[in-house]
Amino acid sequence: MASTSIKIRAKLADDEVTVKALMTHPMESGTRKDSKTGELVPAHYIQEVKCDLGGKNVMTAYWNGGVSKNPYLSFKFTGASKGDKMTLTWVYNKGESESGEAEIS
Amino acid sequence: MDTNMKRRIFLKGSLAASAIGVALGAGLLAPKAVLAAWSEAAFTAKKMPDALNALFGTDMLEESGSIAIKAPDIAENGAVVPITVSAEMANVESISIIAANNPVQMIASFNLGEGGVPFVSTRIKMGKSGDVVAVIKADGKLYTAKKGVKVTIGGCGG
Repeated sequence: MASTSIKIRAKLADDEVTVKALMTHPMESGTRKDSKTGELVPAHYIQEVKCDLGGKNVMTAYWNGGVSKNPYLSFKFTGASKGDKMTLTWVYNKGESESGEAEIS
Repeated sequence: MDTNMKRRIFLKGSLAASAIGVALGAGLLAPKAVLAAWSEAAFTAKKMPDALNALFGTDMLEESGSIAIKAPDIAENGAVVPITVSAEMANVESISIIAANNPVQMIASFNLGEGGVPFVSTRIKMGKSGDVVAVIKADGKLYTAKKGVKVTIGGCGG
């Protein structure tokens, strides 16, 4: 299984946490042709990204192959403190999933 | 981030992934249940009303001045177009990003949970020039705004 590397930053300012995440992933839409073989490159993309904080869900994103390669994602939420740990879990279109953790600073 | 931290995150990631793998193997979780919330109909639809109906059960949109879309006027590279959508609205449930002239228009939909602030930012592919449409669900109603983006080199083919 291809492993995605992820960078997550979560910063608290004025009661609002701003999360920025950058993943390394090709995000193949399934409609692109291989320039050498002329065959379609099979779809392989991140389909769901979920952010949980202490067991509650603060954001769930649903994507298809229209999101750019090496996806960037930023979002905001309230109700967290410095030092809280948040988890990002992402699911591929083929069903596998991975996750990463970040501490709010 | 130092190497040790990276390794820890990687290990955690693989542990979580294999736990789901085991659950799948044991038949505890049907694959369908794992992906229940991702709407295939919405994210493969070739027409915008079909995508909206699949996701929200309606395609009735109301234009709103309270939605701000930040996107470049001219995108030199259609493969990477930065989009930020924010709104001055209460009770926002979800924010969806649509590229009106893409083969599959619905690109991303963000459901806000507890404490969610109506702000999302990501990067999308655009096949050719056209409107970037934001659809926001708030208080059970759909609101929309759009912004035209001129694409110099398309980012969907190859």
